[in-house]
Amino acid sequence: MNYRVGDVDEPGEQRSGSGLLDRHIAFLEALRAAGLSVSLAEDLDAVAALSAVQWGSRQTVQAAYAATLVKKQSQRPTFDALFDLWFPRMVGSGVGAAGTGGDGADDAEDGATGPDAAGERFSVRDGAAALRDFRERLAEALGADDQQALGDLAAEMVARFGAMPGRGPGLSSWSAYTALQRVSPAELTDQLVAGLLAEGRTDEEAARTAGRRVDAFTRRVEDDARRRIAEEKGPEHVANVALRPSIDRLDFLSARRTDLEEMRREIYPLARRLATRLTKEQHARRRGPLDFRRTVRASISTGGVPLTTHHKPKRPHRTELVVLCDVSGSVANFAQFTLLLVFALRDQFQKVRAFTFIDHVHEVTHHFKPGADVVDVMADLAASTSHAALWGRTNYGRAITKLAENHADALGPKSSLLVLGDARSNYSDLALDTLAELVGGIRHAWWLNPEHRRHWDNGDSAASRYGAVVPMVECRNLTQLGEFVHDIL
Amino acid sequence: MTTADWFSSPDDATERLAATGYLADPATATTAYLAGALEKPLLVEGPAGVGKTELAKAVARASGAELVRLQCYEGLDEARALYEWNYKKQLLRIQATQATGDASSWDETHDDIFTDEFLLTRPLLTAIRREEPTVLLIDEVDKTDVEVEGLLLEVLSDFQVTIPELGTVSAVRRPFVVLTSNATRELSEAVKRRCLYLHLDYPDAEREREIVSSQVPDLDERVAGQLVTTVARLRELELKKAPSIAESVDWARTLIALEIGDLDDKAIADTLGVVLKHASDHDRAVRELRLRR
Repeated sequence: MNYRVGDVDEPGEQRSGSGLLDRHIAFLEALRAAGLSVSLAEDLDAVAALSAVQWGSRQTVQAAYAATLVKKQSQRPTFDALFDLWFPRMVGSGVGAAGTGGDGADDAEDGATGPDAAGERFSVRDGAAALRDFRERLAEALGADDQQALGDLAAEMVARFGAMPGRGPGLSSWSAYTALQRVSPAELTDQLVAGLLAEGRTDEEAARTAGRRVDAFTRRVEDDARRRIAEEKGPEHVANVALRPSIDRLDFLSARRTDLEEMRREIYPLARRLATRLTKEQHARRRGPLDFRRTVRASISTGGVPLTTHHKPKRPHRTELVVLCDVSGSVANFAQFTLLLVFALRDQFQKVRAFTFIDHVHEVTHHFKPGADVVDVMADLAASTSHAALWGRTNYGRAITKLAENHADALGPKSSLLVLGDARSNYSDLALDTLAELVGGIRHAWWLNPEHRRHWDNGDSAASRYGAVVPMVECRNLTQLGEFVHDIL
Repeated sequence: MTTADWFSSPDDATERLAATGYLADPATATTAYLAGALEKPLLVEGPAGVGKTELAKAVARASGAELVRLQCYEGLDEARALYEWNYKKQLLRIQATQATGDASSWDETHDDIFTDEFLLTRPLLTAIRREEPTVLLIDEVDKTDVEVEGLLLEVLSDFQVTIPELGTVSAVRRPFVVLTSNATRELSEAVKRRCLYLHLDYPDAEREREIVSSQVPDLDERVAGQLVTTVARLRELELKKAPSIAESVDWARTLIALEIGDLDDKAIADTLGVVLKHASDHDRAVRELRLRR
């Protein structure tokens, strides 16, 4: 591709004086800092793309940037968040924020004269009546799921209820927390549910939809507060704190409820990707050792020269896997994901047996029927947690002893053991000897720990003591989990 | 090299794609326009059945170009993607020369059998050598082996193919290249860097209704609305395979064929098999949407 240098200067906006090029480069730097691998070639593509489109619509500019810079869908949320900071939807309260009518022009002027002025004005107007009026409009917009109106309301909400006036220019700030506390959109959920039920939705569906809409609005408010802060203090200041890692790099232990749902949707695609990759690699390695007899025989037809070699087929060995997982509150999410992934890859193993424990071992293999519904399986697992607990305090030593006593048949010389847990055993006996004995009689053993390596051995964690018996691997997110499962197969 | 002007602006792209029956959202239109304007290949990813392949076909229809399609599969190699020498014909040629008894002309024959006449062009080379506007569709590129990606690099970045016996063949007119992928594996950075990227997802309710109405014009406006709402509700459930646009359209056709004039709970339960293809998804939908069986 040829780039004329003139392309950059042609539209006139990008000369060094305008600051647009600086902003472009700063934006790219931020993307790189956030983990997107943006090469120089893609940088040039982006500039060429921007020269080719009209600048009238922010959406077009965003699409042009996205097409040239973001090559993985999982990075798209990161890109969108940064784009919002560097190329904000509007400046200050914007022209459209004057939702109450009448004084729209005044608001726009306020926005221009400085955010402080706007903030003070809004705080004056912040009263019980304003709040009631605002909540009515919000309920209406949420009911209709009107994206445009919700965007405007989020901006208005931050400006009016989330302003924290400072003493001088550059000292004022905006707080999504304050705004959300004042308006508390979550309280509108019931009203929203009633509205959805009237439309003929079922109970759970209405509750889920309402919850999702309120969550989405909350996120909008947070985004808008960040936009205002970025305007005041520069986008670089906000970028570090504003970004959440993409879903495949998000820690299991710090995931929110909505994240967990999204992660669960990722499990089957992940399993499918892993299976494809494994099949391909197995095909590539399909040639076994040389079959001497067949090779010599075949060589006769070519006058004794072995032109083609023949090989013995390679026997795929399949592992019998025994999964022992901690389902106590702190690591339950992680354990469930790993179990789901293992069972999604069921056909890669000869046999899978799963046990859950808190201080007592309970077998859960029967919950994973072929073709079973993910949601049901998760519900069954959650319900069966009570079987895994006698007193409810995690006790690894007891669980290991019980496994050896009651389920010794599961661990034969052909099976492999996978332990999932944070190795935090409330200072109880660790039963290291029993574990060593178990591990000695089987083919392989691994321990997946969802905690960051730096937290191992803190407090009641017995990570390194167990790690000495069973190789321990850090597994904090979907990417690491996928890599691990791929490696053991 | 002549440069084809595919679309003059994003709006132009939207209009002309719509005229061929492909309703593109703004991001799709902008990216399609950019792919034409910057002459870069376009990598389209997304779940099955959201119109990835259809986008390439629509671009071809909208610009009157011919579509050259390379369907990728595991084990695809350069003999089936790029070119192959027609060795049978070459053998015949050699035999014919021998039959005339002219043994001295071996050098001549040797040069002769590696010419255009004996070259079998495969989709990639065909697309590059065409002088008329061409849309090259490389479908399901994630299904190929990693080695084929290496083969694509030369084609995608320089639009040229090197044949050892003939030299390098460069594109006379750059084709509009569309690669589609279901993301069953990550494509290499090198391929991605050379492409523009577009992720197609399920459309919003309004657009989907337009698509269904345009594909199945006989469908009653009210039923189309009901259908789109139901599909949107189904997508919100945690299913193994959420229904795609292709399935919505199939459903609409089913309703026409069965002459169902109102999509009530019973009608949904009866025809659910058209949109949901897993037994467990089926059960879940029946339970969550409270359909009576």
